[in-house]
Amino acid sequence: MKTKYTYSFIGLSIALLLCFFVNISLGSVSIPIKDVFNSILGTSDNENWQYIIQDYRLPKALTAILVGSGLGISGLLMQTFFRNPLAGPFVLGISSGASLGVALVILGSGLFGGAFATVLISKWSIVIAAISGSFLVLLAVLIVSARVRDTMAILIIGLMFGSITAAVVSVLSYFSSAEQLQQYIFWGFGSLGNLSWNELFVFFGIYLLGMLLTIFSIKALNTFLLGENYAKSLGLNIKQSRLVIILATSLLAGTITAFAGPIAFIGLAIPHMTRQLFHTSNHKILLPAVFLFGAIVMLICDSIAQLPTSDYTLPINAITSLIGAPVVVWLLVRKRKMIF
Amino acid sequence: MTEQTQHIILETHNLSIGYQSKKATAVIASDINIELYQGELIGLVGANGIGKSTLLRTLTSIQPALSGTISLSKKPLNDYTSIELAKIMSLVLTEQLMSKNLSVFELIALGRQPYTNWVGNLSDQDISVVNQSIAQTNLSDLKHRKCFELSDGQLQKVMIARALAQDTNLIILDEPTTHLDMYHKAYILKLLQKLAKDTNKTILFSSHEIDLAIQLCDTMIVMTNDGVIYDSPCNLIERGVFETLFPDDLIGFDEKTGSFRVKK
Repeated sequence: MKTKYTYSFIGLSIALLLCFFVNISLGSVSIPIKDVFNSILGTSDNENWQYIIQDYRLPKALTAILVGSGLGISGLLMQTFFRNPLAGPFVLGISSGASLGVALVILGSGLFGGAFATVLISKWSIVIAAISGSFLVLLAVLIVSARVRDTMAILIIGLMFGSITAAVVSVLSYFSSAEQLQQYIFWGFGSLGNLSWNELFVFFGIYLLGMLLTIFSIKALNTFLLGENYAKSLGLNIKQSRLVIILATSLLAGTITAFAGPIAFIGLAIPHMTRQLFHTSNHKILLPAVFLFGAIVMLICDSIAQLPTSDYTLPINAITSLIGAPVVVWLLVRKRKMIF
Repeated sequence: MTEQTQHIILETHNLSIGYQSKKATAVIASDINIELYQGELIGLVGANGIGKSTLLRTLTSIQPALSGTISLSKKPLNDYTSIELAKIMSLVLTEQLMSKNLSVFELIALGRQPYTNWVGNLSDQDISVVNQSIAQTNLSDLKHRKCFELSDGQLQKVMIARALAQDTNLIILDEPTTHLDMYHKAYILKLLQKLAKDTNKTILFSSHEIDLAIQLCDTMIVMTNDGVIYDSPCNLIERGVFETLFPDDLIGFDEKTGSFRVKK
């Protein structure tokens, strides 16, 4: 039984490496493969190429891996936790919280006055706003969920918080200038580039914490497959597992939204694709599979988004859905049965 | 006397069950005194709405008792931590599985959760216990099938095997025969009887199959409007308890055959 999955994992790992190198070698400036490798190792003669590879393409590819795997895994956590195939990383209102934070900074800056505004709208201020926004919404969800017994109630509470923040964003948009609105909309497109190595390290640190919590939840997640009452009868501490799972999701989805914008679809689709291809809902197998799949799909989407040999870069958010949605539909039609 | 008391697995004393809210207390049944012995098959019967589920929920520590005591292996139920309880009492519930995309083996292996490490890896001993449970429930042929491929009867056997794999002294089943045809109802209850005898576990189940329970159980808990009666099936028939179970306008109990008949 183990060998059955071993081959799949080796295959996926090779695919990931391949996608990684393809992603790095593609871009508006064409660089020969040999020089791509030399640039990664820092032995290239061409300084421009080395700069492009080391300070732009490499961090972008690594960001794609973190974003894809992180969103896939937080989506998987939420789908198992809520026993709902429609759940994704953002059902707890995390992305709406982040949007609200960013909206307050970009759109609300007009209200705070001009000079102040220019200081506020830097890369870090948006990141900090997004993180604090999602953290506040998470905190509210946690406080409320500690008081309710029913897991489904948490789902609805998350949706309600989402509606509230969306409403506040609408009000803010109404009073904003066209320029501010454009900036906000661009943030909403999502972006994998623009991350400096420093930012990437911070990103990776929080991501790692979320991943560790997820790994510690594997046993609880498998127990949840039986339903909550069975889980309780097996001695699982439901409240504690709930907290760890919600925290892991928030750390992963929250930082990703903060650094790369609200990237749609990946979190919902990757767990479904993985289940269809691996025929199991055992999280010991699903978790690494979703990790690899998420990273691969995100790298492919990013490679397409930067439109090879052209100067344009399409919004990554559009590409993920354009590529991903037909794949999910195709998988479901081909297998005729949804595996959940 | 001392010999016998050693083997009591579950004991209640003047137990009163029901629901308590800030405003009022709704007592569903009171003065429940039962003693469940090791290796016994016990059936819990009663009309709809009489409180069978409430009693099981109270005995399994899902809801608190209103008054009285429940002791499990000589220790008050409330003194157990959830993980200790999981090693003494396992459940088969009526609720649907969230995911049927696990193999039969994987699902039964989840019964080993209280014993496995933080990531849930199965030791050699865990695997041998799981295989033993599979053998005891005659599931060897289905071991590698997915749960969504199984019939209701097969799935119920898998859930029983999962409870067996949890390796507890007491197994409690909530209506294990619902949705099953007549043959499989008898099959499941017969299996429970065999398991109680072979593994020396105490098995308590609630059911509407009174006829079958009378034939197979060592003792029965009968919940009526007049109170909760605990005795062997023969004594219960002699005492005429089953006549009082339902309103007497439609069906009556036939003492000779030990079954209910529709009145003409």
